[in-house]
Amino acid sequence: MSNTEITVVRTGGFGNWVRSQLRNIAPFLTLLFLVVFFSVAKPSSFLTVTNFANILNQVSITAIIAVGLTFVILCAEIDLSVASIANVTGIAVAFFTLQPDYVNIANLPLAGPLAVLIALAVCFALGMFNALGVTLIGIPSFIMTLAMMQIADGMSALFVRGQIAYTVPDIVLTLGSGNIFGVPWIVIVAGLFLLVAHLVLTYTRFGRYVYMVGGNREAAEYSGVNVKFIIGAVLVIGAVCSGVAGMLGVAYFGSAQQNEFGTYLLDAIAAVVVGGTSLFGGRGGIGNTIIGLLVLGVLNNGLDHVQIDPFFKILIRGLILLAALVINVYAQSLRSKAETGTD
Amino acid sequence: MTSQAPENRPPLLEMIGISKSFGGVQALRDVDFTLRQGEIHGLVGENGAGKSTTMKIIAGVHHDYQGKMLIDGKEVHFRSARDALDAGVGMVHQELSIVPDLSVAENVFLGSQPTKGGVIDWPTMVREARKHLATLGIVVDPRQTIGTLPIGLQQLIEIARVLSSGARIIILDEPTSALSPPEVERLFSLLRKLRDQGRSIVFISHFLDDVLNISDTVTIFRNGRKVETTPVSQITKREVIEKMIGKGHEGLEESYTGEIRLDSKPNAPVVLETKALSFERAFQDVSLQVRAGEVLGIYGFMGSGQIELARALFGKIRAKGELTVEGKPLNLTRTSIAREEGIAFVPESRRSMLFHHEPLYKNMSISILERIHRMWLKPSKERDIARGHIETLRIRTPGADQLLGNLSGGNQQKVALAKWLTHAPKVLILSEPTRGMDVGAKEDVVKIVRGLRDKGIGVVVVSTEPETVLSLADRIVVMKRGAIVREFAGDTVSKDRLLEAA
Repeated sequence: MSNTEITVVRTGGFGNWVRSQLRNIAPFLTLLFLVVFFSVAKPSSFLTVTNFANILNQVSITAIIAVGLTFVILCAEIDLSVASIANVTGIAVAFFTLQPDYVNIANLPLAGPLAVLIALAVCFALGMFNALGVTLIGIPSFIMTLAMMQIADGMSALFVRGQIAYTVPDIVLTLGSGNIFGVPWIVIVAGLFLLVAHLVLTYTRFGRYVYMVGGNREAAEYSGVNVKFIIGAVLVIGAVCSGVAGMLGVAYFGSAQQNEFGTYLLDAIAAVVVGGTSLFGGRGGIGNTIIGLLVLGVLNNGLDHVQIDPFFKILIRGLILLAALVINVYAQSLRSKAETGTD
Repeated sequence: MTSQAPENRPPLLEMIGISKSFGGVQALRDVDFTLRQGEIHGLVGENGAGKSTTMKIIAGVHHDYQGKMLIDGKEVHFRSARDALDAGVGMVHQELSIVPDLSVAENVFLGSQPTKGGVIDWPTMVREARKHLATLGIVVDPRQTIGTLPIGLQQLIEIARVLSSGARIIILDEPTSALSPPEVERLFSLLRKLRDQGRSIVFISHFLDDVLNISDTVTIFRNGRKVETTPVSQITKREVIEKMIGKGHEGLEESYTGEIRLDSKPNAPVVLETKALSFERAFQDVSLQVRAGEVLGIYGFMGSGQIELARALFGKIRAKGELTVEGKPLNLTRTSIAREEGIAFVPESRRSMLFHHEPLYKNMSISILERIHRMWLKPSKERDIARGHIETLRIRTPGADQLLGNLSGGNQQKVALAKWLTHAPKVLILSEPTRGMDVGAKEDVVKIVRGLRDKGIGVVVVSTEPETVLSLADRIVVMKRGAIVREFAGDTVSKDRLLEAA
């Protein structure tokens, strides 16, 4: 078929294209607006190479968590336990590492790689727990992962008992806080996670199934897709990404303690949704998540540069998230209108 | 009971010259209908013959119609179901309108609960409900949650609700389709009791045996017209069927009134076999065989269990019993197992089969991804395959990248079929494959299905429309109340014999 024939049916032209691409255009315009705004407001400190490097560094941990969450949300599920799993995995890796004398934790020092493996096993197991609860028992992911949030927090509390641990295996230390040729390793790791996730989602069978299950779960089942496996798998991916982010985060912050990742749950969800991935599943992707991460990163960083009441900052973030949600739901209703209109 | 025969009693409701159209489609033409006091009046006709439309006019659901309607000799024109209920007309729809999580008493008095000082007067409500149900011979604790009761009992309670709001005319739409034989008996004894109290009942059903069993009078509809009203004692089932399907030349469907030759292949190898397959209330002990290169039609009225059977054959629901494909026993715990074993399924609803915001090629490749790709997806290959299907199935679309939602219904149905055609399955199960299609699209589907059969695929066609089964099948089994009651093979069959068996 030739391209000229395709243009015949697109009667709406530019307006229609904008409407169909709203969820991709709006976040990009938001990002552009924020960058221009802060550049004009504070060109001397905001608009510098160092500062942009800073922003990338600041969003890296959120990025790794958001990668997993993108899979989950594309499947029309949610994972509220990501920050808590990050926390317990970070604490676990410290728990199995030799700590300095002044750290008063009855821990079990092991070889570095073994500690990392055990920590990965912890987040994998918690992810499996989420997966089994949602797919086998049929607990809605919202509730299941809410319970997991508490469970993981409880495990964190039992590991550290109110203390703070500082040492992590060398490899975690390097990747979390080291540099190579002046580039922080954590930015490279986050970039790799984003790249691999994008390739998986776009160019593999599994990725296609994730979109299809999110887009129309019943149709996926009638097409012979193993829907439960896909949903279980995205929850495990979500947990493992969080675990990696948690380990690197401990090195990044320089310590492992309770409630260290408190703000990361909201940040990661916000990044995915602000980027334009549909909360109803099936639409969006890593590209959207990257834009969402940059919007949040520029906003957080920019608000530090303009003198502003720090309490007002929280409110602004809330309003931006609300605006993103409105666009997200509005784009969805445009889409369903388009569907019913032609059916 | 009065001494008068029902047909001589005074009319309670009269409809004179009623016509009704939906858009450009004439659903009713000049229908006269009379319902007498204290009679059970059966209404029969094929799908779309006009029985439900007529009753929905009486029940106030449709109000823009031509013609006159009289109750007790006075002209009425209902604007809503509430209007009709106030005038004493209540309807019990096929899908019950109870609230499953509320108690029996609350359901009986739904919308008109007795109150005391602004709050619901529970003791009175429970007492009244118990009394009311007892007069109908329904013994149940009014405080029980209605959703936990058997369907048959829920239905009786819904009838009780319609009665409690003062209905003298009760319209029942397909009340027996979901009931077991004892439940049907219980319903019938309640209906007889109500008739003897002087109420009038309209009984719409596909189950002719039930209609002829319970009714005093029967009215037959065909193509939006009333054909005949007659006392049940003066007509046989065969005559009813003849009048329902007609002998004239009133449309294309009539071509199936003649004898159809069944081209069964008793010697072809069996590809799919079930032994004593059962699923909850839907179907029991279903044993059947599907042979390579034949189309097995499964026919039955709505609610006879054939739709659920089709789902069970694809692993969408888990049935008890044995299922083998080419002699290999399968435990279909999920649909992906069925797909891997070479079973393909197209459900009756396109919406539950397709991805509307995805391009055509992704819709067509979803079930064969592992066959056409190794490690990485190659959309160009998927597009090539899609273009092939677009051409051979004559799907009207500008291209493989078009979003599925932009296609018309018939073309979407072809896409749903195309999903399974790239790599031929062993068994293809089609549920209502031609529902809602225009004649041209139907013919295309018939051609596609015959083509697949001739390639040696075992095809199962499940439908509630006799024409669909007759136009496609080489062998037909008839299901009734969840069981296979009749098989037509190696001989001829006609629509009236099919209807008679169901």
